[in-house]
Amino acid sequence: MVAASLSTPTAAAGAAPGGWVDALLANAAGGDTGSADSLAAIRARAAQALAQTPLPSRRVEAWRFTDLAPLTALSPTLLSAAPAAQPETAAGSLRLSLDGHSDPLAGINLPAGLEPISGDELNATLGQVLAATGSTELWPVLLNGATAQKVLALRVRGPVATTLELVSDAGAGEGILSLRLLLVLEPEASLEVLQVHRSGGANLTSVVLEARLGEGAELRHGLLAPGAATGCLLATVAVEQATGSRYSGVSAHGGWALGRLEPRLVQREGAAHGALKALQLADGRQISDTHSQMVFEGPDGRLEQLHKAVADGQGRSVFNGAVQVPRAAQRTDAAQLSRNLLLSDRARIDTKPELEIVADDVRCAHGATVSRLEQDELFYLQSRGIAADQAARLLLRGFCEEVLQELPEAARPWQPLASLLGEQGR
Amino acid sequence: MIRPDAPVLLEIRDLTARVEDQPILKGVSLTIRAGEIHAVMGRNGSGKSTLSKVLAGHPAYTVTGGTVLYKGEDLLSLEPELRARAGLFLGFQYPVEIPGVSNLEFLRVATNARRAGKGEEELDTFAFEDLVRERLQVVQMDPAFLERSVNEGFSGGEKKRNEILQMALLEPLVAVLDETDSGLDIDALRIVAGGVNHLAGPDNATLLITHYQRLLDVITPDYVHVMAAGRILRTGGKELALELEERGYDWVDAELAATERTPAEVG
Ligand SMILES: Nc1ncnc2c1ncn2[C@@H]1O[C@H](COP(=O)(O)OP(=O)(O)O)[C@@H](O)[C@H]1O
Ligand SMILES: [Mg+2]
Repeated sequence: MVAASLSTPTAAAGAAPGGWVDALLANAAGGDTGSADSLAAIRARAAQALAQTPLPSRRVEAWRFTDLAPLTALSPTLLSAAPAAQPETAAGSLRLSLDGHSDPLAGINLPAGLEPISGDELNATLGQVLAATGSTELWPVLLNGATAQKVLALRVRGPVATTLELVSDAGAGEGILSLRLLLVLEPEASLEVLQVHRSGGANLTSVVLEARLGEGAELRHGLLAPGAATGCLLATVAVEQATGSRYSGVSAHGGWALGRLEPRLVQREGAAHGALKALQLADGRQISDTHSQMVFEGPDGRLEQLHKAVADGQGRSVFNGAVQVPRAAQRTDAAQLSRNLLLSDRARIDTKPELEIVADDVRCAHGATVSRLEQDELFYLQSRGIAADQAARLLLRGFCEEVLQELPEAARPWQPLASLLGEQGR
Repeated sequence: MIRPDAPVLLEIRDLTARVEDQPILKGVSLTIRAGEIHAVMGRNGSGKSTLSKVLAGHPAYTVTGGTVLYKGEDLLSLEPELRARAGLFLGFQYPVEIPGVSNLEFLRVATNARRAGKGEEELDTFAFEDLVRERLQVVQMDPAFLERSVNEGFSGGEKKRNEILQMALLEPLVAVLDETDSGLDIDALRIVAGGVNHLAGPDNATLLITHYQRLLDVITPDYVHVMAAGRILRTGGKELALELEERGYDWVDAELAATERTPAEVG
């Protein structure tokens, strides 16, 4: 088949990558219950598309720096995560555990303002935000579509005071944990959501979140993903914003053999506010990747984006920040800053803004810096009796905290920094 | 306070140092005993900050000759953090901003490192909060500064107060204060000088680097050294500072030119 001939020649041992997808699809079909759930149609379509789509190779621009080898080295099977130990839930938050097969809402009393979406309505809505953000054909989205067995879909009305925690832990099992999420915020609704995805072994966590924000709605969204050295993460966050809505996404991922995050925002009629703050870390031979995209389809839209990355060891950090400002998007105000910390000579950082600006009356600022730990900052700390390695850790922490402290309160028990730096026992 | 029998804390002999390929210190000698306050004065660029950075162990400066004994032991072979734990303190001319690192935590880690150096127990967060609140009064600093990142967005005067706060917490044996007075208005100068006077005692010593007399109006030095072109050109009592104030630095330049010409004239 086509995929095999276009596959990356550097793939790890095991089945040929094209074969990997075939094997996965065969396994997924075997596990399919054949029930007429909302995902059945999506699964069939995605499986077909996936079979015909070449595995992303490094000859494709969007995957130029990101080798899929750690992923195709994984077992091409579906994973149902076993229950894992979790820290206590922060006050004021509701935790839903996602294991890929059971119903996360079973036995749960949803707080006022949240209700499940199901049946025809779900069928009609699922996939629309992906389409609106041009994400339907992305390889990680197809992969998710072909494998996800369950969807968590919620409607939000009015302000919801409880923080929603959506949590998965792929644990030590082998295979793919596939999670599909949908949030529909009615006009003027507001919600805080925290996604936490962890792993302790050779597996892939594939997650797709679609969020539709009605007029004046507000979504505060955190995503914390501390990984495992052999684990992979492919996370897509698709957000469709109506006028007057506010989306604020704060993400932190690191510690994965391959971790890739794709936030994709669209402001359908402009005049909305988007904020993206991200931290990613790559140590050892890890790859940490963010490909973000913001499309302004109308005037007066705003974007504030800060992307921070730390690369140590032989780690590799990739950031691509696309911003599209077509003619209709007059008076757009977008600012993107990429700040990178290079901690080793063998680590590598690739950072690239990708601005497509057609409208003429806009403010679009972007900048990128790559630096090492500042000698003067280290010396200042040392001159106060702090040992060189502890001083370096303090500075690294300072760099990370700027983003981490913006995560929802509910992230605290998960110890974001320690978990990302691999400093805590699991 | 000069006591000829007081123990020598710092003994600098013929110290030479360079930065990159440029020699800056060209033979500095200086002996400091417990209880003494020394002032080093000199024009911009004469090497005062370089001397302070070399003493503290900044990696950009390379010592090319001479010795420095601290309490009788070789200082220059110690890592910067060990010098600090042993009681050497440098008040920076330009304190460094460290975004994202909380001032309170920085002060606590530093204080505990110094306490370990003195063989004392670490303070837990509560005991440390008590201590820091008490020491804040020495510099009349608002506790709100503890919650901010180290020096980030501090005004010049606030940074200098933060330096003296660190000195008050670390209780050094030898404090080298590099232009702690520059950029201060008269009130801030009084507070900073008050802090220094408060902390000076018979068992420790202070080396003040300045080029203004006004600091020496409020802190009385036992010795004044005039530095020029990487050397100490002349040493005297506090009247030497007054003389500099009156006559300016031109005579220093003349004297320097004379010493540099001497070998040629002899030959
Ligand atoms: N890190 C450095 N890099 C290059 N030159 C330096 C550095 N530090 C000091 N110098 C040079 O050394 C000389 C002495 O500087 P400094 O010690 O700062 O003098 P002072 O503190 O007396 O004004 C100056 O010519 C200065 O430019
Ligand atoms: Mg100086």
